[in-house]
Amino acid sequence: MNSLPDPTPDDPWAPLRAATPAPIGLGRVGTAPSLSSVLTLRAAHADARDAVWTPPDWPGIEQGLTEAAIPWLSARSQAPDRATYLLRPDLGRLLAADSRAAVAGQRANYDLSIVLVDGLSGAALTHHGAALARALFAWGRRRSWRLAPVVCVSQGRVAIGDDIGATLGADLAVVVIGERPGLSAADSLGIYLTFAPRVGRMDSERNCISNVRPGGLPIDRAAELAEAYAVAARQQGLTGTDLRVELPNSAPTHSPGVGGAAASARRHDGGSGTGTPSLPSSGSAARKE
Amino acid sequence: MPYRVTYRGQSYTFADLATLLAKASPFRSGDVLAGIAADSAVERAVAQSVLADVALTDFIEHPLIAPESDEVSRYLLESHRPEAFATVAHLTVGGLRDHLLDEATGSVELSALAWGLTPEMVAAVSKLMRNQDLIAVARKCHVVTSFRNTLGLPGHFATRIQPNHPTDDPRGILASTVDGLSLGAGDAVIGVNPAGDGPEPVIAVSHLLAELIERYRIPTQSCVLAHVRHTLTAIEAGAPVDLVFQSIGGSEALNRGFGIDIALLDEAYAAGLSLERGTVGQNVMYFETGQGSALSAGAHHGIDQQTMEARTYGLARRYEPLLVNSVVGFIGPEYLYDGKQIIRAGLEDHFCGKLLGLPMGVDVCHTNHAEADSDDMDTLLTLLGVAGVNYVMGVPGTDDVMLGYQSTSFHDAVYLREVLDLRPAPEFEVWLESMGVMQGGRLTPDSSQPLLEGHRELAP
Repeated sequence: MNSLPDPTPDDPWAPLRAATPAPIGLGRVGTAPSLSSVLTLRAAHADARDAVWTPPDWPGIEQGLTEAAIPWLSARSQAPDRATYLLRPDLGRLLAADSRAAVAGQRANYDLSIVLVDGLSGAALTHHGAALARALFAWGRRRSWRLAPVVCVSQGRVAIGDDIGATLGADLAVVVIGERPGLSAADSLGIYLTFAPRVGRMDSERNCISNVRPGGLPIDRAAELAEAYAVAARQQGLTGTDLRVELPNSAPTHSPGVGGAAASARRHDGGSGTGTPSLPSSGSAARKE
Repeated sequence: MPYRVTYRGQSYTFADLATLLAKASPFRSGDVLAGIAADSAVERAVAQSVLADVALTDFIEHPLIAPESDEVSRYLLESHRPEAFATVAHLTVGGLRDHLLDEATGSVELSALAWGLTPEMVAAVSKLMRNQDLIAVARKCHVVTSFRNTLGLPGHFATRIQPNHPTDDPRGILASTVDGLSLGAGDAVIGVNPAGDGPEPVIAVSHLLAELIERYRIPTQSCVLAHVRHTLTAIEAGAPVDLVFQSIGGSEALNRGFGIDIALLDEAYAAGLSLERGTVGQNVMYFETGQGSALSAGAHHGIDQQTMEARTYGLARRYEPLLVNSVVGFIGPEYLYDGKQIIRAGLEDHFCGKLLGLPMGVDVCHTNHAEADSDDMDTLLTLLGVAGVNYVMGVPGTDDVMLGYQSTSFHDAVYLREVLDLRPAPEFEVWLESMGVMQGGRLTPDSSQPLLEGHRELAP
């Protein structure tokens, strides 16, 4: 706390505010918080709502990929629209028939398939999707891995990477997906790694890196962590609870975003139907079993 | 045993009790997702009419899940008390509805009835009841529990301070806790959802909160909402654990998904009791539940999500918990789509829990991909206040910065106390007065000043 200014008599909340991102010390008018705090929260909720309901800027993202000479193709899940997507998570996990045909047309032996999925935040993809895909592709090329074209998926859930990875013939699927938006951040990405992807994989068979955004876990750092996970996955032939990883520069295990197995699946899927009950306090231990 | 009826010349068949309950359940997305909801509004109305005429004894004779294959069902059957059931044993579900609403049925009668009703009976009757019925009956149910203070007394209303922090930073947890205390919150519990996994956060946060509670002699209790195995490890390591927490569900398969079974809960309950940390009482358990969790784990056995939730309460009462709350809007729109469904579910859960004898709180909350906003939450909070909810959550400014969802704020609780003339737990109110935070049941004009200026160490 040395770097923080001394608390002043004017704002005794200052040192407490510095200790948490939570909106504390909001003041009070009668029983209500101050109008400015109400309006600030309302604007944050508006950001989150728009993030859910606004599709990613796919042309912009795809241009970003093309500029880095990264091949890509578009795909969509079996959820025909956003409302259905929200009500039917099962449809968001499967490729639409025409998309499966398109993806199958690219089938080959790949070491890695990178999949960009809108998930619950189109804004996250729009803001950081291409940058993260480029960072992931960069180490894939450096390691001379056989890289599948990036698949850009609309109305998708994490598990659609299983369908895509299996259809492409990839050893490892890395899904980059817009996370469930909160009030603090509406544009976080999550990264999910699944070795030997196939339909029906459980959340406990994935590894997860969450809260990827400037101000959260920075893009380059997230790509570096994903590389460590991917290399370990290839060596050990698995992902999930049993994967052993040495994270570069000893990232703290409890830093926002760095999860072992897919403990943060709740952020985007709200219960995936793959054997993990969905309550906020169910504990990541339950998720890993 | 199928239930058949002809309505306007069309015949309807409901294959069994579980089907009938699901078809009679008020519309919600989770039952549609499960493929068990009524196919039309008319079918739902017909199912409700049929359900009204079902004898309560049917629920004992026809368990929804075979007891041989489900330990929760076994416990629900074993724990049913025929002597308490005797007063209503002759009734149908519709008759029970009338009995509950009758002015002659007061809090004493309802309390005596609690162990005579099974969760399925309670779920069934709720499906026939309007929101105002759920409120009117729940208001008559008084469930009082205690640890370091007394919760659930009529005219009182408590709050959990939920001071979560993205990295479990002790200063951050303390900062949100001070914010809550200075707004009169925290009598239900100071309860942290840890961001980190394993027993270490349980140990660290338990020590942090115990020091705070002891230093300022706060008549409240702490809890770290981690998996019960981690809490057991923490207790073995000597951590000052007040309440033992666990998420639970209404089937053996769901509880397996949570990594627990009844034997483990029994062990945790015994460990919590053994610490004897309560001063006023020894209710040591804290459970969270929520409609839809069973389906999300593929463990619903074709039973509708509201009935599965009531079964959860039937298990919870085995442990005489201090606190139980339904996290009603957390699960997302595929289970409860919008504000209307969340409000209905919140009232159902509170009613069912109270009728079964549980100290019900509700996490009045929503996610940003549900069709709900703070106005819906205000509505549900106010309705629950009228219904006599024991407690709700309190997070700074409605934003849980760790779990990423919107719950009720400390200010919301101040509002509810003011408009409904509700008081904190009596022991806690005395403490708030001694600290200069509250006077005569109201917050002092600048209620945060005494804590912040008199105790600089709270602002590290």
